[in-house]
Amino acid sequence: MSELTLDVQGLSTHFFTRAGVVRAVDDISFSVPRGRVLGLVGESGSGKSVTGFSVIGLVDPPGRITAGKILFQGRDLTKLDERDLRDLRGNRIAMIFQDPMMTLNPVLRIDTQMIETVLAHDSVSRSSARERARDALGMVGIPSPEERLNAYPHQFSGGMRQRVAIAIALLHRPDLIIADEPTTALDVTIQAQILAEVQKLAREVGTALIWITHDLSVIAGLADDIAVMYAGRIVETGRVEEVLDRPLHPYTHGLIGSVPSRNARGQRLRQIPGMTPSLLNLPPGCAFRSRCPRADAACEQDPPDSHPLEGRTLRCFHPQLEMVA
Amino acid sequence: MTTWMLRRLIQAVFVMLAMTVIVFIGVNVIGDPVEILISPEADQAERARAVIALGLDKPLWEQYWRFLLGAVQGDLGRSFVFNEPALKLIAQRMPATLELALTAVLMSVVIGIPLGLYAGLKPDSIGGRLVMGASILGFSLPSFWIGLMLIMVFAVQLGWLPSTGRGQTAELFGVQWSFLTRDGLAHMAMPAFNLALGNIALVLRLTRAGVRENLPMDYVKFARAKGLSPNRVVFVHVLKNILIPIVTVVGLEIGGLIAFAVVTESVFAWPGMGKLIIDSINVLDRPVIVAYLMMIVVLFIVINLLVDLLYTVLDPRVRLETRE
Repeated sequence: MSELTLDVQGLSTHFFTRAGVVRAVDDISFSVPRGRVLGLVGESGSGKSVTGFSVIGLVDPPGRITAGKILFQGRDLTKLDERDLRDLRGNRIAMIFQDPMMTLNPVLRIDTQMIETVLAHDSVSRSSARERARDALGMVGIPSPEERLNAYPHQFSGGMRQRVAIAIALLHRPDLIIADEPTTALDVTIQAQILAEVQKLAREVGTALIWITHDLSVIAGLADDIAVMYAGRIVETGRVEEVLDRPLHPYTHGLIGSVPSRNARGQRLRQIPGMTPSLLNLPPGCAFRSRCPRADAACEQDPPDSHPLEGRTLRCFHPQLEMVA
Repeated sequence: MTTWMLRRLIQAVFVMLAMTVIVFIGVNVIGDPVEILISPEADQAERARAVIALGLDKPLWEQYWRFLLGAVQGDLGRSFVFNEPALKLIAQRMPATLELALTAVLMSVVIGIPLGLYAGLKPDSIGGRLVMGASILGFSLPSFWIGLMLIMVFAVQLGWLPSTGRGQTAELFGVQWSFLTRDGLAHMAMPAFNLALGNIALVLRLTRAGVRENLPMDYVKFARAKGLSPNRVVFVHVLKNILIPIVTVVGLEIGGLIAFAVVTESVFAWPGMGKLIIDSINVLDRPVIVAYLMMIVVLFIVINLLVDLLYTVLDPRVRLETRE
């Protein structure tokens, strides 16, 4: 299982706006082995979505990948031209978006939107493409898929639409799915159903999954590995249970501390003081230092990647190595 | 659907009734046709006979009642000037205006949408900016002036296109049409373009605005993430979404073009309804004015109906029936 589906090395995606350069993603590295789920966690604006769009090659101007390699099954995606990328998109790499109400085209029928995806990559007949679409709908748990194919998106609820979007992502049994907060807009029961189904599918098909979210509780139940992002950088990675049990970075620590829990009922919810800094013209050094209880003069330098524990990567001068109670 | 249709028809009847009242009072206010129609040398007895013959001696409400009775039977009165049924006069002139207006609409769609797409997809390119700049001119220059300039350049100086009349016509369904002959098409080119210009600009700007608005939408990004070709994303996914406002505006503009082609028809001496109505207003030919305006009302009602029906084709979320 050491075979890497995705290996991102030193990726930087910057947006060249009139006000200055926004370093949305700044020198990040991570990898996803085949059949594993990576949870990419962070606050809004930490660069999680831009990371996803960078991998699938859909960063729109003024944004641009400025450095790094994105090795997908050994091929560097940043070197591919638009045509080759298009052959991969929706085919080997699929993406699921955050808001199911917005991702399907409101004026096209579900079958149109699914069949076109099949035909974009495989030269099969319309009727067999339709059969595949129907099977995919059945697989994600949509009842009477044959009839539902003829429906329009507005005739589905939010959860059902997200299932359709997932079915579209699964049409070509991709090797990698990037899921950008796909359950955030859904209510909790639907969220649980969809999580269970995606997990099952990933295991059956051997698909690697990047699950982008700000919800640690989702990650805890779903992911194998976790990467915590802050202000465009990955500050900590590791196996999910290890990171959640023993966060090393003060930010991860704060993030876990701010999850409401039954054990802390009646107490004030802990929060991380301050706000995420503007990514525009971010000064060098650790971006978290202004909110960090452990920051000192050393943090005005960029912390290098370190490996304080087995299987963990960390970017911090003052990791919380003592055990948390 | 049937209830919806029925309700629309009843509404239409009321709109037309309201229109007749307004028009009837209106034409009575602008002046007395007797003064214009009867020669100044006529004596009192001749005047009185003429007034009775035209039915102008009756009180206004009675004139209106008689008009309504006639209208129900398809008779909108006889022209004071030509002594012919007003409807027939208008019907004779209608094909000329109709083909002019429809050609203009076709031009505005065929030219406006592609240019709008281009300007919307490449907003920062020189071409895109040029198109947008030119569209402001298309909007703001008065159409009579453009008409005169067209005649000056293409008819007078270059001599490529004829400047007046319908040219040779051919018969189809018992009506004479210019668009069926080469000569007729040549005659129609300039007036149709002149009439279309404002609408080309309008459709272009609408299309561009729609493209700019829809491109950042998630469904576009999702379509790209599915690996679709850029052409399919633009011409199927985006275009179908922006067609809704365009259909609305184009629909309303068809009515406007037919009703108010007056200026263009005057400049290019195009023998259509617009010219007839101007002439009729000048001599206060009341039945023709009333009949013409009634025709225009019917036209607008029909077009609005068609536009509403088209919505249901374009946007599946629109359903005409209110569900119980």
